[in-house]
Amino acid sequence: MASVPHIAVIGGGSTGAGIARDLSMRGLDVTLVEQGNLTHGTTGRMHGLLHSGGRYAVSDQKSAEECIEENRVLRDIAAHCVEMTGGLFVKRPEDTEEYFEEKLRGCETCGIPAEVVSGEEARAMEPHLAKDVDRAISVPDGAVDPFRLVVANAASASEHGARIETHSTVTDLLVEDGEVVGLEVEHASGAGKRVHGTEGGTEEIRADYVVNATGAWAGRIGDMAGLDVEVRPSKGVMTIMNTRQVDTVINRCRPKGDADIIVPHETTCILGTTDEEVEDPEDYPEEGWEVDMMLDTLSELVPMLAEARTIRSFWGVRPLYEPPDVGSEDPTDITRDYFLLDHEERDSLPGMTSIVGGKFTTYRMMGEEISDHVCGKFGIDADCRTAEVPLPGSEDFSVLRDYMDEFGLRSPIGRRSVERLGSRAEEVLQTNGPNPTVCACEGVTRAEIHDAIDGSGSDLNAVRIRTRASMGNCQGGFCVHRMASELHGRYDESVTRQAWDELLQERWKGQIHALWGEQLSQAMLNYALHATTQNRDHDPADGGSVDFTAFDGGPGRGDRSEAGVATDGGTADGD
Amino acid sequence: MAIESAVLVVGGGLAGLTSALSAAREGADVRLVSYKQSTLRNASGLVDILGYTPDGDGPRTDPYEAIPELPEEHPYRTVGVEAVREAMALFDDAVPDYRGSHTDRNALLPTHGGTIKPTARYPAGASAGLASDTRDVLLVGLEAMVDFDAEHAAAHLRAAGVPFDVRGVTIRFPGDLRADAKITRYAKLLDTDGEVAVRGRMRPAREALAERVNTELEGEARVGFPAILGDDRAADVRTALEERLGAAVFEVPMGPPSLPGLRLEDALFEALDAAGASIETGNPVVDHDGEGRVERVYVEKHGARIPYAADQYVLATGGLVGKGVESDRERVYEPIFDCHVPHAEDRYDWFEADAFGDHQFAGFGVRTDEGLRPTAADGAVEFENLRAAGSVLGGYDFAAEKSGSGVSIATGYAAGRRAAEEAR
Repeated sequence: MASVPHIAVIGGGSTGAGIARDLSMRGLDVTLVEQGNLTHGTTGRMHGLLHSGGRYAVSDQKSAEECIEENRVLRDIAAHCVEMTGGLFVKRPEDTEEYFEEKLRGCETCGIPAEVVSGEEARAMEPHLAKDVDRAISVPDGAVDPFRLVVANAASASEHGARIETHSTVTDLLVEDGEVVGLEVEHASGAGKRVHGTEGGTEEIRADYVVNATGAWAGRIGDMAGLDVEVRPSKGVMTIMNTRQVDTVINRCRPKGDADIIVPHETTCILGTTDEEVEDPEDYPEEGWEVDMMLDTLSELVPMLAEARTIRSFWGVRPLYEPPDVGSEDPTDITRDYFLLDHEERDSLPGMTSIVGGKFTTYRMMGEEISDHVCGKFGIDADCRTAEVPLPGSEDFSVLRDYMDEFGLRSPIGRRSVERLGSRAEEVLQTNGPNPTVCACEGVTRAEIHDAIDGSGSDLNAVRIRTRASMGNCQGGFCVHRMASELHGRYDESVTRQAWDELLQERWKGQIHALWGEQLSQAMLNYALHATTQNRDHDPADGGSVDFTAFDGGPGRGDRSEAGVATDGGTADGD
Repeated sequence: MAIESAVLVVGGGLAGLTSALSAAREGADVRLVSYKQSTLRNASGLVDILGYTPDGDGPRTDPYEAIPELPEEHPYRTVGVEAVREAMALFDDAVPDYRGSHTDRNALLPTHGGTIKPTARYPAGASAGLASDTRDVLLVGLEAMVDFDAEHAAAHLRAAGVPFDVRGVTIRFPGDLRADAKITRYAKLLDTDGEVAVRGRMRPAREALAERVNTELEGEARVGFPAILGDDRAADVRTALEERLGAAVFEVPMGPPSLPGLRLEDALFEALDAAGASIETGNPVVDHDGEGRVERVYVEKHGARIPYAADQYVLATGGLVGKGVESDRERVYEPIFDCHVPHAEDRYDWFEADAFGDHQFAGFGVRTDEGLRPTAADGAVEFENLRAAGSVLGGYDFAAEKSGSGVSIATGYAAGRRAAEEAR
């Protein structure tokens, strides 16, 4: 064993990135591998709620206590990822008094600051709440940007020497002499940052210890070593609205149920959700009735949602786990708590631990616990510092002063840039050339795009999650080609073209769940811009040759086509 | 009492303007009412007839030749090839600053992302940019303009195998326009040849721009700019730059807000005005009276519903983008006359999973008889005196085919002429 143990962490979600940060800050040598982008799995598909714990205050008090503790930590170490919107548990006339009281007592028991407000007071805070909402409990819920948070954790891990490998799928666990000694990965485009068109290849990563932090995918990794990790993936839909109909997190105050939360998130609101067990975390139905249920049920709380514009929907799978002896039938009964499965103790296979269950808000605590566990294996006595040391971007929040003049940005754009970048604003926005806006919906400038490209290579989806570019109302209609152009100069034209087309497809994927009314109109406009003007659906550069002489050579320049050169040329191959 | 005309055209886009023009030139008393800015500001200003067939064959060299192969429900089949030719002749006559009428062949033009596309008519200002021209090209981008990256576009054109050398450079526009300056700001500056500060000296903008580009020119015979070269005086701006550069100058067609699209709209409004039609913009048509025959429509003005009556009506309100076709979670509909719009019951059948798949929504719109009169589900004519033109028509995917402008012009022409004939 080397003097500094090398730990391989599988999974680039909040848990994996949190573990990588923690271990690397404790001086361990860390390699994190992730099959897609950072946040590719469940983390990138959550509603963005920073739990106060209120949602679990009745049914799962241990989780509730962990939530409020971590809620306070994240406000501190991840200030640039968190917006403290506050939250309300609102009660409609048909929701019971008993449960309302139970919720209130639960919050008190768990140490969650909670205050009862009248229906009128609630409507003063949120004017679009239904007229018949009669009471509410105010709690410190917030909104958190999972992308920014995970990228910041990974950046911090990198600063402490960790190696972060995205687009690297684990294809096998290396087991030698009854012990896990590493893993084999398949790189989509070679090691390091993703560059389209780069030759991939497999790599054997030997490690002194392996942490399986793949959430809903944990069973799949377990299978590679013949381990049975009984994660019960449960899907939930989230529907994104075009604007913030509410500025406070709105929860329905009733026992478990579908469609009971609205989270204001950046320029949007996210409606959630459902809870339905699925077999395969990558292959499950995404259906229109689920979207309809969000709009129809949540409009009981905020009536204007019934006619509001949604811009897309997405589904995530919770990595639920319960010890095999519990046997819950309904996934909503499964605890939101997390579990360390040490495969040495559990399965007599040393060298690996899986972490399953849990939730985004407590990612850091999970990271701390498993890092303690790993350090214990090596007799390393190093303190966890992740609760005290701010993440990159949140180091000095006095930077949220007026940056507009300093960076020559127009006010709303400047404010939004600085909110996203936090204490990194100066470093990112200080440029020599002009810094025009690339994504007008989200106010993302060229400098921010370039900073994201520095961090993620030619992958425009990774640029998107870092900056929010193409995530606004137009869903990339007006800016995807601009983002592609910003890649040019650093990457070849063919790389740029692949990244461009890939982002167009990705943006389309979620919009299909919002195709009616205004968003269908927007989708048609985008389609027209991309196909009619930009001819993205028949780009001659994508293959086939065009007989240029068969087409109009211009008035007054002798029309070669009429000189009898060609009769039926110009048909591109591959069409 | 209702405001009256022989022909009332609802909609001020390419189809509405063409149908009003065609009816007016037939001698009819025509009124055109249009609500908002037309979708032409989104359009590149290129006028396509047909670049690809519905099964993706193309780019076709001769759009007319491909028309008889189109499916029967295609609007081109409804009006027929001859009407398409006549319509284009009307367009060519009404919009003199366009080129391409010297041949039936399609032209290939690069647009702002550097992709080549087939089109049938192009603004004179884009004419030197044809991809079948073999003269070398320098593309000039502006540092602060994110919609056109000259180096990227040049590399993209090389990848498509264009028959000329092409290079891109990015310059700072002379003077000090701020980073998010609107394209109209550049155009205005060039229109007026306003003074800009270059190294402390004030210089006319055209001269300063040409001088800056001259330092980059390496003998290329053609120089392409983003489509910002003037608005009202675009030809003067181009000529001035050509003289100073000793090269042909062209604009690369761009996305919204598109100056070439807006110039086209202006040209058509002028032609329509010259033809003697009445034009009213700014208020929506919201409803109609009449069954089987449109008696009148209602225009909403300052909250009041004003009746407009005519003998013949043309519906040219656009498609999903222009809101001539609307939808909710359950259905797709035409909002003014509630004409039948065929669509699948389940909204999950309206699209394909691929971004450029064969989307049903792209073909949403009313269906018509041979006279362009919208028909009900059973095929019966909805109103004997209502005709539809342009994107409100269904049964074709203009984006995939590159046929939007041509269908608008052809059906606008045919609907306007029929309406004028009937109104006699």
